[in-house]
Amino acid sequence: TKTKKGITDRVDDMVKSYTKIDEDLFEELEEILITADLGVNTTMEIIDQLRDRVRENKTTDPMEVKGLLKELLTEALEEVADPNLNLETTPSVIMVVGVNGVGKTTSIGKIAHKLKGEGKKVLLAAGDTFRAGAIDQLKIWGERSGIDVISHQEGSDPAAVVYDAIQAAKSRKVDVLICDTAGRLHNKKNLMNELGKVFKIVNRECDGLSRESLLVLDATTGQNAIQQAKIFKEVTNISGLVLTKLDGTAKGGIVISVSKELKVPVKLIGVGEKLEDLQSFEPKTFVEALFD
Amino acid sequence: MIFEGLAEKLQNTFSKLKGKGKLDEKDVNAAMREVKMALLEADVNFKVVKDFISRVKERAVGDEVLESLTPGQHVIKIVKDELTHLMGETQSKINFSNKPPTVIMMAGLQGAGKTTTCGKLAKLLKKEGKRPLLVAGDIYRPAAINQLEVVGKQVEVPVFSMGDKEKPVNIAKESILHAEKHGNDVVIIDTAGRLHIDANLMDELKEIDQGVNPHEKLLVLDSMTGQDAVNVAKEFNETIEINGVILTKLDGDTRGGAALSIRAVTDKPIKFVGMGEKLDELEAFHPDRMASRILGMGDMLSLIEKA
Ligand SMILES: Nc1nc2c(ncn2[C@@H]2O[C@H](COP(=O)(O)OP(=O)(O)OP(=O)(O)O)[C@@H](O)[C@H]2O)c(=O)[nH]1
Ligand SMILES: Nc1nc2c(ncn2[C@@H]2O[C@H](COP(=O)(O)OP(=O)(O)OP(=O)(O)O)[C@@H](O)[C@H]2O)c(=O)[nH]1
Ligand SMILES: [Mg+2]
Ligand SMILES: [Mg+2]
Repeated sequence: TKTKKGITDRVDDMVKSYTKIDEDLFEELEEILITADLGVNTTMEIIDQLRDRVRENKTTDPMEVKGLLKELLTEALEEVADPNLNLETTPSVIMVVGVNGVGKTTSIGKIAHKLKGEGKKVLLAAGDTFRAGAIDQLKIWGERSGIDVISHQEGSDPAAVVYDAIQAAKSRKVDVLICDTAGRLHNKKNLMNELGKVFKIVNRECDGLSRESLLVLDATTGQNAIQQAKIFKEVTNISGLVLTKLDGTAKGGIVISVSKELKVPVKLIGVGEKLEDLQSFEPKTFVEALFD
Repeated sequence: MIFEGLAEKLQNTFSKLKGKGKLDEKDVNAAMREVKMALLEADVNFKVVKDFISRVKERAVGDEVLESLTPGQHVIKIVKDELTHLMGETQSKINFSNKPPTVIMMAGLQGAGKTTTCGKLAKLLKKEGKRPLLVAGDIYRPAAINQLEVVGKQVEVPVFSMGDKEKPVNIAKESILHAEKHGNDVVIIDTAGRLHIDANLMDELKEIDQGVNPHEKLLVLDSMTGQDAVNVAKEFNETIEINGVILTKLDGDTRGGAALSIRAVTDKPIKFVGMGEKLDELEAFHPDRMASRILGMGDMLSLIEKA
């Protein structure tokens, strides 16, 4: 596609056009990282590390510098990488949180489908009782893979829905319960408190059970994602990230900054709007794509 | 964060510069480095930042520092003026057709806030005495029609839907006949979220555009968008030639640099901003406020303003 091509060619052209490793080369690489949403701080850090590595390795070939940069980025992600979901117990509980419109409900539909495909018995909880049509939306996703949804009425207390769903998961001997939550901006104290209340119920009712708290981040999001991750981590102790909408032209480079800073691994990526558009996160592939 | 301290950093950069005199190139360069970082942290597109910085530099070098300001404040003032200028005039109005119904179409990426904004706009126009009709043009997203119906009920505006089997362009055409028959003077068409590189869905959007010739085509964009905002805005603008932009979720703590990026690539005004999930949380766009926000120095700027 028109907008997607370009950067790789550009990098190669650029690297080829250098006969020696100099400031301009580093500056151009810096530009690529910033354009991929890594942010100024992370970009500077990584470029500094790159300079060190070039020195250590006594690299003189400009063509090799890009490889070193990819290595560095991959390492940063691999340091915290852990693609698996901790779902040992029956039931296990996955909580899905994030700001508005990032793809929580859709990702739940996809994750449920994937787990069912692995032979697990899955149950969904319609914990977004606020947004217009949210409950129906989750029910449609449930129907698509033949998975039950526990729901209350629009406007009801989300903690009560989650409580009911946990009891249902236990009595129905469900393997995995996945709870949707309403999108909320991390700077809204009252909404974050409400989420805290839901998590309190989960903590109380699920003592000893395997749990995941997944923060969904939209790949299109810029630097604000760091703030989102920080605050959601405080309130919900997130155990992993889901990076959605990677089928667009946004690179989602912000997850490098987030996983560096908060030591939370990216677990899954969303690459479309269909049931099967979910993949495990692979640092290497992701880093390659940053340069596409 | 880098940003909290831009004002302070600029003051420090200039602290050595005692007398007020003229700004020389070296001082300006040092200051522009800080400004550049700040803009990038705010998610303004890399290329847009580069162009912006070189323009400001040109203007600032040799400029006489205002009596009432320190050199640091003076540079901030130039930066802010340029930013505000780039962001354009306040144009928070809808182009109404003199032959009703006025047709408004929303477009944008998935999850940007289109459906919610349709409801907000309907509410706003209703308050101004119009009789809007909401049109369910998203036939793909699970429960999209139901969502719009709930929203319509909340703002007490009728919703036109033909289910999810009919082509959106036909739904749009029918909705206008319906509006004519029922005395609705504004038609607000919700469309499915789509990626700017999705050829099929972008064609679909063009088809609706050509089918009903909307008077107002609004790109709905999430204010948290990062560097990719330029690609999004450019492709949507090239496909349907938008009339303006609505920036959503500005109730968050994003700096919102995307606002600058989309202005720079489309030259189309930002008309409204979404300030919350509730349907009365749609506000007029203020270029100067946005400039302060992107620079992350609201109070500082209002002080300078008064100087
Ligand atoms: N292209 C693309 N679209 C996606 C992806 N994931 C989700 N979406 C779309 O993004 C939009 C929002 O998705 P939702 O699942 O409703 O997001 P949410 O976080 O639950 O939203 P709220 O509940 O309103 O906060 C929908 O149009 C989805 O189809 C993805 O990986 N790729
Ligand atoms: N905080 C806040 N949330 C908003 C705002 N505008 C929309 N939202 C929320 O963003 C999410 C997505 O909004 P929608 O209106 O469904 O977005 P959409 O563009 O129609 O999404 P698709 O149809 O899936 O492409 C919902 O949770 C909305 O409540 C806003 O200005 N502020
Ligand atoms: Mg949802
Ligand atoms: Mg919608």
